[in-house]
Amino acid sequence: MESIRDKVAIIGMGCTKFGERWDKSANDLIIEAAYEAYEDAGIEPTDIQAAWAGTLQTGSSGVSLAAPLKLKNIPVTRVENMCATGTEALRNALFAVACKAYDLVLVVGFEKLKDLGYAVLGGGYEHPVFNTGYSTPGTYALAATRYFEAYGATKETLAKIAVKNHHNGILHPKAHFRREITVEQAMKAPIIGWPLGLFDCCPRTDGAAAAIICRKEDVRKYKRQDDYILVKGMGIAAGTATGKSRTDYDYLHFDENLSASAQAYEQAGIDNPLNELDLAIVHDCFTITELIIYGDLGFCAADKSKDYVDDGVFTMEGDLPVNTDGGLKAFGHPQGASGLRMVYEVYNQLLGRAGPRQLKSPKLGLTHNLGGAPGVEVLACVGIFGL
Amino acid sequence: MFGIVSYGAYIPYYRLGWDEIARAWGGTAPKGEKAVANYDEDSTTMGVEAAINCLGPVDRKEIDGLYFATTTAPYREKQSSSLMAAALDLREDILTSDFTNSLRAGTIAIKTALDVIKAGSAGKILVVSADCRIGAPKSQFERLFGDGAAAFLLGSDNAAVSLEGSHSISSEFMDVWRTGDDAFPRSWEERFIITEGYLKIIRRCVSGMMNTYHLNPDDFARVVLYGPDPGSHANAARSLGFDLKGQVQPPLFASVGNTGAAFSLMMFVSALEEAKAGDRILLAGYGDGCDAHVLKVNENIEDIKDRRGVNYHLSLRRALPGYDKYAGFRNLIAKEVGAGASRATFLPWLWRDRKQILSLHGSRCNGCGTISFPIQRVCEHCLKKDAFEEVRLSDKKGRVFTFNVDNLAPGAESPVVITIVDLEGGGRLRCEMTDCDPGEVKIGLDVELTFRKMHDARGIHHYFWKSRPLR
Repeated sequence: MESIRDKVAIIGMGCTKFGERWDKSANDLIIEAAYEAYEDAGIEPTDIQAAWAGTLQTGSSGVSLAAPLKLKNIPVTRVENMCATGTEALRNALFAVACKAYDLVLVVGFEKLKDLGYAVLGGGYEHPVFNTGYSTPGTYALAATRYFEAYGATKETLAKIAVKNHHNGILHPKAHFRREITVEQAMKAPIIGWPLGLFDCCPRTDGAAAAIICRKEDVRKYKRQDDYILVKGMGIAAGTATGKSRTDYDYLHFDENLSASAQAYEQAGIDNPLNELDLAIVHDCFTITELIIYGDLGFCAADKSKDYVDDGVFTMEGDLPVNTDGGLKAFGHPQGASGLRMVYEVYNQLLGRAGPRQLKSPKLGLTHNLGGAPGVEVLACVGIFGL
Repeated sequence: MFGIVSYGAYIPYYRLGWDEIARAWGGTAPKGEKAVANYDEDSTTMGVEAAINCLGPVDRKEIDGLYFATTTAPYREKQSSSLMAAALDLREDILTSDFTNSLRAGTIAIKTALDVIKAGSAGKILVVSADCRIGAPKSQFERLFGDGAAAFLLGSDNAAVSLEGSHSISSEFMDVWRTGDDAFPRSWEERFIITEGYLKIIRRCVSGMMNTYHLNPDDFARVVLYGPDPGSHANAARSLGFDLKGQVQPPLFASVGNTGAAFSLMMFVSALEEAKAGDRILLAGYGDGCDAHVLKVNENIEDIKDRRGVNYHLSLRRALPGYDKYAGFRNLIAKEVGAGASRATFLPWLWRDRKQILSLHGSRCNGCGTISFPIQRVCEHCLKKDAFEEVRLSDKKGRVFTFNVDNLAPGAESPVVITIVDLEGGGRLRCEMTDCDPGEVKIGLDVELTFRKMHDARGIHHYFWKSRPLR
């Protein structure tokens, strides 16, 4: 099995302002992200040979991307893999480019959640009885309850993660939320699903993000400068959805995270992620998720994650800054776009374009995109990107 | 000897104090309370509880029939007893039947079942009765009515109670009725329905029975009489010559309420809980006529005294904080329609999964023994395909592995408590928890499983199992 390492380059990216975009349609968001990426890559829209659309519920086919961008009769595929849809769209595209099926392709992830009102639950083809009383926060709360019991983490531990991500979000002009919160505010917020409160949960957000990719050896065909990043590793793991029926599942980790990160680390040649990575943008759909990810991705031992949070290891000034753009918590979570938004932050940091958030000459960044919920259905994507 | 082999009862956990009803509508109330089915209970779920309590260790494969007596079946067209037989995981080749539309349905079902057994066409029949009648708000019935269930296993052998005789009369006397469109029972002037109806009819039937079998009031150790209200019940007993203090089974008016078709049967369970070998008991059911059954207790009664009956449930109670909670449970007030309130449903899916949904069957892998719910065709552990047998999980106790208290999840009651339950003997179930105070839920809490109504969609009542703290 050959590694994807250093075969494919991301030469242009775009990302809309995330938030409540009441006056913009899904098509508007797609155009906003794609044209920023075209301009960044320095290409014409007609240079695109194939495209991938990532959306969970805003579109149903490749046409949802071809139509607004007028990608005329080229291969366009819609992919969906729960909240990891954005990374999954990128993954499919980069393997197509690596195997030389296409030379230059476009990936756009998008979601227009704020047209839907409250979360639309229970309308689709789902079991008529088994999963009643389901909510995503509630299902992650099942893990938080266990984590508190097993590892001594508390609501304060979770609050510190929310405070960190809100703080980082202030530094990004495109983030959904740009305001400081305090630990006390987070801890006293209304409870959504005990023990998770309002500030433990990411928002529902409108947004789109786009990437243009080609093989490494072709970069010069399209770009004058060396402002591109390389894919170093890409792992994905789909679980068997049996955590809720297996007595040996502990609700303290995700097997899918362990597998996806192991795949990506092996391809990228990473032995010690805490030391070797310069930043990580991870799937903090809930604060507890980020806490679990620290352990699952090998940033620290799972039972020590609380101490690492207390020591500020994952803050902007820490050993491994996590979610420098505010993460899902502050940047927002339009599912189809989020995976690409994560790459957008790594891209900007590695290319020195991160403005007030800029880390000191980072070389290697990680994105972690999760779909599903503990015990139910879980799917994890881990990408490693470098110069 | 044929007769009653076992008994059980069920009273819902919640009680509404009569003072709370008075607080809502004005006036004062004597001390008392009524048992109130939770929002997720109806006559069939309460009946299933009573049946489980009655069956105890009995092998469910031995049951040849299930008769369900109620005036509050969840469907007007669609059997309830077939649903209950599925929930109880009974055999398919049995006779199920609903005895409905009469407050006397319970005593009628018992008589019919005993006749069927006597005739030799069934070995064991489960007779279940439950009612969840709603008295019109502010009416006298609102305070008088309560919810509950009773169940009896009747068999051809090893009876603990045998039927010595029975006398019935049929009467087209209208005292309480509901048309298909009525939400609440209607009635007539109390003087008429009690003095001309109830008192005369029950007297005629019970004295007719005593004449037929040459029995006197003194021959009965215990007298179980249906009564529409405490005063009329006492009048009927006195006028028949029974001693109110020593002989007449105290009715459950101030602790449970009049539970309709199940009322006399629940009192009968109470009587059996105290009964000893040699006791003769009168059981009289009333409604559209009257049944008077003469029953004799033998020494086998001692073997079934551990069943969960009326006494067990009387001590397990929690008072509702107010009338509004009750009104919400019974849909007497309109509620906000939240996100996800209308669920999709798919009948073919419900049909395919009926053993898992209603009988709570999981899979036990023949290769490694792993128990899974829902059923896994490919084993999670040893990957053997289609090598499993179905196992019933509904009768397993369990322990909460983790939980959450969810204010966001759609549900008729908020918050929704979700539990991940590790079952004794293996297997893990994700289910809602019911009959609980969210504050009492914790990791390690011991639970049992209870059959409940989940939600309605397209006119279909959806049922499944929930966890409940083991008390």
